[in-house]
Amino acid sequence: MASYIALRLVSAVAMALFASLVIFLISNFVPGDPVLAQLGDILASDPAVVTEWRAKWGLDLPLWERYGLFLQGLMRGDLGQSIATRRPVLEDIIQFAPATVELATISFAMSLALGIPLGIAAAVWRDTWIDAVARALSLIGVSAPTFWLAFIMLAIFYGWLGWAPGPGRMDPIAFPPEGPTGFFLIDTALARDWESFRDALAHLMLPSIVLAAATLGLITRTTRAAMLDCLQQDYVRVARAKGLVERVVILRHALRNALVPVVTLGGLAYANLLTGAVMTETIFAWPGLGRYTFRSAAALDFPAIMGITLVVSATYLLVNLLVDLSYALLDPRVRR
Amino acid sequence: MSASLTIAPSRFRRRLRRYGLAWAGAAIVLSWLLVALLAPWISPYPPNAVDVTRRLLPPSAEHWIGTDILGRDVFSRLLHGARISLLAGFTVVLLGAAIGTTIGILAAWLRGWGEEGLMRLTDLVLCFPPIILALALAAALGIGTTNTIIAMLVVWWPKYARLARSLALVQRSQEYVEAATVLGLPQKRILFRHVLPNTFGPIAVLGTLDLGIAILTFAGLSFLGLGVVPPTAEWGSMVSEGRELVEQWWVATFPGLAILTVVIGFNFLGDGWRDWLDPKAQR
Repeated sequence: MASYIALRLVSAVAMALFASLVIFLISNFVPGDPVLAQLGDILASDPAVVTEWRAKWGLDLPLWERYGLFLQGLMRGDLGQSIATRRPVLEDIIQFAPATVELATISFAMSLALGIPLGIAAAVWRDTWIDAVARALSLIGVSAPTFWLAFIMLAIFYGWLGWAPGPGRMDPIAFPPEGPTGFFLIDTALARDWESFRDALAHLMLPSIVLAAATLGLITRTTRAAMLDCLQQDYVRVARAKGLVERVVILRHALRNALVPVVTLGGLAYANLLTGAVMTETIFAWPGLGRYTFRSAAALDFPAIMGITLVVSATYLLVNLLVDLSYALLDPRVRR
Repeated sequence: MSASLTIAPSRFRRRLRRYGLAWAGAAIVLSWLLVALLAPWISPYPPNAVDVTRRLLPPSAEHWIGTDILGRDVFSRLLHGARISLLAGFTVVLLGAAIGTTIGILAAWLRGWGEEGLMRLTDLVLCFPPIILALALAAALGIGTTNTIIAMLVVWWPKYARLARSLALVQRSQEYVEAATVLGLPQKRILFRHVLPNTFGPIAVLGTLDLGIAILTFAGLSFLGLGVVPPTAEWGSMVSEGRELVEQWWVATFPGLAILTVVIGFNFLGDGWRDWLDPKAQR
């Protein structure tokens, strides 16, 4: 098992490095010019300014030398400097990551807490109104554009009803907690500042519901399909024939097996939340990685884009690894 | 939770409902296709006709779903938006499926290093979060429908390559392939005339479900300002134009509803098609 994990880790690192090379090459062969994107038309028309700027950011070096520099920096934990924010990319990522992780975790927890029971209920009471509701919810969840859902939720619950606070992580006049983690919920709880805690929690609600919608749909669908499949297996018939209570049959026998595909999907879905985060964070003015990604892409800030890609694809690979390992916990046959 | 299984309704009813949704999906998709085709003739106004005296009018008999911030008729823009969204969706999925399927079948056939190389390439693209790669590419290539479609294509083909490879591997071991090989048919002919058609069904189902995702993604990139060049009417950018207008909710709400219905239509259609191909699949 240990050697398997080691092998997977090494291959994950290799993949992440290779991914950064691909992004690096793309960034150098596409027509977009970061000089123009950064300096603007007027400054970029002055050749002296442009030359100086290129030299400052190392854009005048040959390609392989620049990638070499990038790799060298990587060894020291240095992802280079963002052209747009003029700060080290790693510092930017560390600053913006907690906001996204907090949002993604809450919304993932929401979609699991709602999606799995809903999927089970839909499978057990198949073709009843519960099933219809579950299917309608998951259909809308996977079909509605995230950015539109965000608008609708803001319009209804903030603009019209006034139940939810507006965009941002906290009230604009409130002081954000100066905690050690950057997760506002944890930081405010540690400081026992319950008013700020409530404020942060309230601000989390709308964006995490929006972000959860697509994941919820996928999880409900998968749970339902897997449960339907499991409920028809022979071992379920045996369990019933033994006279086990239906609750035990469903939750202990069928569910345990049905969870395997749900875990696969859940892992991917968690990593995919970042995709949704780009849209959600842009609308909710959420200072996280999603918004940072969008801004970097719009400004052709390739050091930043490379850093994000590296970090995010590493996360992707790590989550995949964890998913594979968790099979062993759920399915003894894999353990061998 | 004292659950007792309710008696399942008759198979006929279940089947009716299963295919009923597929027919509904087909009807939705077909209607939108017609709208896209006929948009210039059925729109009450030109999509880009600016009239600042008629800004942000609420829905009325004259402007069915109101006007936007430049006084353009939202309904007319909505109809024209169908052209871009559907065109982008179909282009990405058809080309992506063609590229991916070719790579997947080739990989299954080449075996050895060729297969290894092609599949590692596939894995590599799959390990990128698609939106980030597409975002970076779209930003680098510049704003525009064609560039956004190219950016999406780069991240779109791998799922087809994976599926096609696994399907082709199954076909490869079938007796008819062996028979064709024994008969001395050229490899190319076996590959494209025998194996390819047999992998078509599942790939087409994936493609149908994928159309919804492609339309959503394209609209998302447009929403972020990377898809179409203004003033082109496109659903994602229309939502973006209306996102600050909570009072004038109609500007953003209806284009979003349009996306929602198209995607639901493709989902119904794809689900129904899958059930039809594989009646054992209980959904």
